[in-house]
Amino acid sequence: MSAPTTTAPAGAAYDAAAVRAEFPLLSGGAQLPDGAPLVYLDSAATSQRPRAVLDAERSFLETTNSAVHRGAHSLAAEATELFEGARETVAAFVGAQPEQLVWTSGATAGLNLVAYSLGNAAAGRTVPGHEDAVRQWAPGPGDEIVVTEAEHHANLVPWQELAARTGARLRAVPVHDDGVLDLEAAAAVIGERTRVVAFSHVSNVLGVVNPVEQLVAMTREATGGRALTVLDACQSAPHLALDLPALGVDVAVFSGHKVLGPNGVGCLYGRTEVLEALPPFLLGGSMVTTVTLEATAFLPPPQRFEAGTQAVSQAVGLAAAVDFLRGVEERFGEGAVAEHERRLERRLRHGLREVPGVRLLGDADGVDDGTVQRVALQAFDVEGVHAHDVGQLLDARGVAVRVGHHCAQPLHRRFGVTASVRASAALYTTEDDVDTFLDALSGVRAYFGVGR
Amino acid sequence: MSASPGSRGLDALYQEIVLDHAKRRVGFTSLADHPEQDGAATSHQRNPVCGDEITLRAVVADGPEGPVVEDVVWEGAGCSISQSSASMLTELVRGVPVEQTDRLVAGFREAMRSRGALALDEEEYGDAAALSGVSKFTARVKCAMLAWVALEDAVRRA
Repeated sequence: MSAPTTTAPAGAAYDAAAVRAEFPLLSGGAQLPDGAPLVYLDSAATSQRPRAVLDAERSFLETTNSAVHRGAHSLAAEATELFEGARETVAAFVGAQPEQLVWTSGATAGLNLVAYSLGNAAAGRTVPGHEDAVRQWAPGPGDEIVVTEAEHHANLVPWQELAARTGARLRAVPVHDDGVLDLEAAAAVIGERTRVVAFSHVSNVLGVVNPVEQLVAMTREATGGRALTVLDACQSAPHLALDLPALGVDVAVFSGHKVLGPNGVGCLYGRTEVLEALPPFLLGGSMVTTVTLEATAFLPPPQRFEAGTQAVSQAVGLAAAVDFLRGVEERFGEGAVAEHERRLERRLRHGLREVPGVRLLGDADGVDDGTVQRVALQAFDVEGVHAHDVGQLLDARGVAVRVGHHCAQPLHRRFGVTASVRASAALYTTEDDVDTFLDALSGVRAYFGVGR
Repeated sequence: MSASPGSRGLDALYQEIVLDHAKRRVGFTSLADHPEQDGAATSHQRNPVCGDEITLRAVVADGPEGPVVEDVVWEGAGCSISQSSASMLTELVRGVPVEQTDRLVAGFREAMRSRGALALDEEEYGDAAALSGVSKFTARVKCAMLAWVALEDAVRRA
């Protein structure tokens, strides 16, 4: 891999500026009109890509591009090898076996895949030999699907629609005022009729890490192991070391473009017994064994869920991204990136608390005493100034943040706002980035003539 | 203040008159207190990107030379550009013939989509001419358009 080019003894002090230098867009690529350096604090929406990812994709396209899993020419064989090699690499990144990892176009596609697969099962389309397993999770009239109040629309709307199609009822676990999931309420909501429990590992607005193992255990106990647990790992995959099998969830999804990888590629992880039992969603080429005019037999997972032409160069790019992440860990020592991001999280949260008129969404006291874990993203409201206007002023200082509802309208409604500002960091974010952002933010209310 | 508003034409966007209208909000009301009368129609518009919304009610009455926008009232929440634009629009079209408001909306839309190429005429648009600067900020055009789209829709149905 070409990622960290200079060598330092493992455990050397983390050098975010050196890591950032590997990202062309962040080191001069993005040209701001007045020459100001870009302060990119929107990595939770999409992360930037290191040169290693761009090179891997380009190199694949220039030397190996061809159709995978079909054709007998040697180029196709080589492309297939790289494609499946990428699967192994990315599967290892989340502690999984290659056959437990399905390529999708992104997390949204992965969640829809699971929801539609369960809908198909509810309509009687099951995999021969696995009927009993899938029937446990397929909701019917009177059954319940559980989500949380903090979900991104991608982990809410597909379940709403599945409930509407099957006659099931959708229920939501609330969050406390400090952004921490209400586990007592969860214990009351998850029950005998629960067929699916879908929740995020880290909320894309609150930044709070949910207690996955506890929720999985709670679900197992309340349902006798009947409910399917679905994890949205989009915001954890870039920041936390993931071992999905150890977390115990049945399925999980994440997107490539949030973990330094390309757009248009993502992953669905599933426990082997789960993937084997789920009927297919998208149907077509490359996922079948025997097709007659009357009926079709399907391939085992993961191919069963990969109909049609796959995003091959993007998959290769995503493998390069996780290699890059591993390279940075090797260069600076295990846990160095996490420690850097914890520092950023603290600086961001404490800095924001000091700005008059700023209210944090998800300001859990438990972070500082270690009982609550967060990642370095923080959404907030500026009293008297709309999020859009805040974003515009920050933009004029070269600071890119997200404004709006971040695809989590119910959560914003719960906090009494229609929109918020969100600053989010990644391993290439420096403490100077955070300070520039805080300095720019401190002038916003005065500009709009509020708080004087 | 530390944020330098002059950089990148920010002052062209947030002119004083714009910020002033965002505070005064001409026509802002609680619509529950204004039952829909004859000749009135209400339009609800939403910007799905940021969740901003406006509910605007237009009252259209017959004038000597055709229908006239007799009154406009609205409620909603949004950024300073959307609130200011609704306020300026209300001031501009109260008492104006429908035929003319149609032309005004069409001209405003054209200017907003022009990426800074077209400036609104102050004689014709009054305070709303100050919104010309918005068209350079393509991410904000929808904010400025929200009330105008609502008026167009309400007047058509009134």
